[in-house]
Amino acid sequence: MAAIEIRLPVARKLVVQSLAQGSDKHLVAPGDTITTDTGYMRGHGTYMGDEKLVASVAGAVERVNKLICVKALKTRYNGEVGDIVVGRVTEVQQKRWKVETNARLDSVLLLSSMNLPGGELRRRSAEDELAMRDYLQEGDLISAEVQAVFSDGAVSLHTRSLKYGKLGQGVLVQVSPSLVKRQKTHFHDLPCGASVILGNNGFIWIYPTPEQKDEEAGGFVTNLEPVSLHDREVISRLRNCILALVAQKLMLYDTSIVYCYEASLPHQIKDVLKPEVMQEIVLETRQRLLELEG
Amino acid sequence: MASVVLSEAEKVYIVHGIQEDLRVDGRGCEDYRCIEVETDVVSNTSGSARVKLGHTDILVGVKAEMGTPKLENPNEGYLEFFVDCSANATPEFEGRGGEELATEIVNTLYRIFSNESTIDVKSLCINPREHCWVLYVDVLLLECGGNLFDAISIAVKAALFNTRIPKVRVLEDEEGSKEIELSDDPYDCIRLNVENVPCIITLSKIGCRHVVDATLQEEACSLASLLLSVTSRGTLTCMKKLGNGSLDPESIFEMMETGKRVGKMLHTSLQKILDKEESLGTTRQKVGFLG
Repeated sequence: MAAIEIRLPVARKLVVQSLAQGSDKHLVAPGDTITTDTGYMRGHGTYMGDEKLVASVAGAVERVNKLICVKALKTRYNGEVGDIVVGRVTEVQQKRWKVETNARLDSVLLLSSMNLPGGELRRRSAEDELAMRDYLQEGDLISAEVQAVFSDGAVSLHTRSLKYGKLGQGVLVQVSPSLVKRQKTHFHDLPCGASVILGNNGFIWIYPTPEQKDEEAGGFVTNLEPVSLHDREVISRLRNCILALVAQKLMLYDTSIVYCYEASLPHQIKDVLKPEVMQEIVLETRQRLLELEG
Repeated sequence: MASVVLSEAEKVYIVHGIQEDLRVDGRGCEDYRCIEVETDVVSNTSGSARVKLGHTDILVGVKAEMGTPKLENPNEGYLEFFVDCSANATPEFEGRGGEELATEIVNTLYRIFSNESTIDVKSLCINPREHCWVLYVDVLLLECGGNLFDAISIAVKAALFNTRIPKVRVLEDEEGSKEIELSDDPYDCIRLNVENVPCIITLSKIGCRHVVDATLQEEACSLASLLLSVTSRGTLTCMKKLGNGSLDPESIFEMMETGKRVGKMLHTSLQKILDKEESLGTTRQKVGFLG
């Protein structure tokens, strides 16, 4: 019988910067002057005011030759072509689906960008349009790739490969998009026994690794069989580890997640969310990552 | 109520997990999330408390004001509840969106506190039929993360524990008119006895089992839930069913047993933390909202 834990709140402590690798980042808040030198081109997150370059968002200053831009630490997802995203269908419209991806506008998935069962390639007919709801309904989760970005910032998605499509059983974790590191691949089969999709938009999908890679399905047939208890424990532990990394503002990528998982093994799954355990685990993860680099 | 949309597969995953006593965050069916309680956060109230239960954030303020007793109970003071669902919690609460939920919470709170053994309202009376203390309890919903009723009841109990009502003396004049004199010492006050104030335990039925402290995702999978108000001795004072689904009488009995068990544990933990906070005295570092 577990006791119910009630505790008094503890003031947050500043994260010790001594463990930070590389040079100190130039952090700015909205309204801070970046530079008074007028020779620079201004990029995203900045504006010209009174002969000086001023930041309009809170974040770190990035400089590439003559271009200065400020990369915000906490924003909505800004789509770029080629990103992998995990989204939730919010509306079914005439020839497209509206997908929520934590961006300023809902993303669009056109019917013609969706792969049909069996991977066949043909022109979409009126029957396909009427059967749209059989493929994807409101509330369904999909993994997709960004095809194009419209002028207003809305993102157009496509699921033209068999690795994308509707997602089955698993757990979704929503984090800030700036915490997901850009990598070559975002689909990982972790050694601990589960698979994870790190969406660039901050939606992270954790699911049990499918036994055989059934290529014909392409995500249309959802497997509703019960997941084994061992797989569930791995998935729950991964979810809690990801939340611990996010709470301590560590970048999320496959190595950091695996190290955090290994560091959390001595603790019980539900204890990982306690503040003191979170700090301990993430500290160990940070040290291991520093050892890996240095 | 704030809710999330889930896909069928996600719901199936959650339901199967609960059958095996392993919820998405690793908890068992009878485990609560980590609760943080802090009292005396609002300085211009007679008592206040803030409770954080996972992503649910509740602020309760109690103001004691002088009023006239109600006609049917001339020797007692009374409590008035007000709930504000702030738009901070979810955009659905903007404007009048949160009114339905607020009315539901207020009615539940009135029902629980209508029992005369909950709070000694006779001690709130100053002059029978003329003057009494009215406790205005205001609840503010800052964030909705599932399990609202439990968090609100914990916050109300903590705020009432923290309430300090100034001591007043009634002086009789020669002509017979009564005067009320407030004591000069600001620390001279009466405290309320919150031993019998119940806590609400919400049990959500998911699949064949029931869980305590459901998150928003779990609430989306449950068709029916039972709201029980349990005192520190394990007595059930009030019961209410929420949701569109039906409940089997067998499962209602099981849920009642679980509720009583969990309720007793919750009360012990809460009383322990309130006593610990009290013992820290004025040297306690207040965290508040900017900590």
